[in-house]
Amino acid sequence: MNSLQSYLLLSSLLFSIGLAGVLIRRNAILVLIGIELMLNAANINFIAFWRFGPAPSALTGVMFALFSISVAAAEAAVGLGIILAAYRHSRTTDLDQMNSLKG
Amino acid sequence: MTVSFLILAVLTVAGTAAAMGLRNAVHCVLALTMGFAGVAALYLQLGAQFVGLAQIMVYVGAVAILAVFAIMMTHSPESANSPVFSSQWSWGCIVAAAVFAVLARAICSSAASAHVQPPQPDATVQQIGDALMHRYVLPLEIMGLLLTAALIGAVVIAMDRREEMK
Repeated sequence: MNSLQSYLLLSSLLFSIGLAGVLIRRNAILVLIGIELMLNAANINFIAFWRFGPAPSALTGVMFALFSISVAAAEAAVGLGIILAAYRHSRTTDLDQMNSLKG
Repeated sequence: MTVSFLILAVLTVAGTAAAMGLRNAVHCVLALTMGFAGVAALYLQLGAQFVGLAQIMVYVGAVAILAVFAIMMTHSPESANSPVFSSQWSWGCIVAAAVFAVLARAICSSAASAHVQPPQPDATVQQIGDALMHRYVLPLEIMGLLLTAALIGAVVIAMDRREEMK
């Protein structure tokens, strides 16, 4: 097993853990954290392909990872803001109890 | 596959799995911090120092703290005894395991991952700064706009509107 393969397997495992968290957790904040984990797995792929790719001097993977980290930070801020607004409305962050669209 | 990679991989996977499985949400975020730090160490191991330090600053420093604040602001005592997993958690686990199986099979059978290990590329901060200021200057500006919009949007969304209505 060479090195790129092990990094890709690790990132797919991380993605699956994040996906499982998104699908099974009831707390909305932890679902958002699961999405962050999936974005992190994508970032590991960017960096690993940059490191083992044919033209690492172009820095494309590093740039992609940096922009992806910024987008994930913005997404986390807005997502937690939405969760706070929803909590103020329905007094819960339990996704199984958030089952009404209006009212 | 070196020993350091194995240690970091175990640390990262253990941290993230604990973050998705623990009962107390604050403990989840603490375990998540360990997972994010493990990912940052993996970046450092791959030779992307700037991205690794940005990962520590943004994820460990900002996102985890934000999540702790959100958990503490939305904590309700009656949720302490309710189940942490949704009612159909087994289906979620099956879907995630199936996704991992498909990805792992694709990775193991792919010819693209059969490269030999090239020499360590260097990504100094000077090179990254040059690239950001010349080739990637338009994405950088758009990112600044996006972060400003997200900052204002998050404040507007989370603002309590009941005072305005009175």
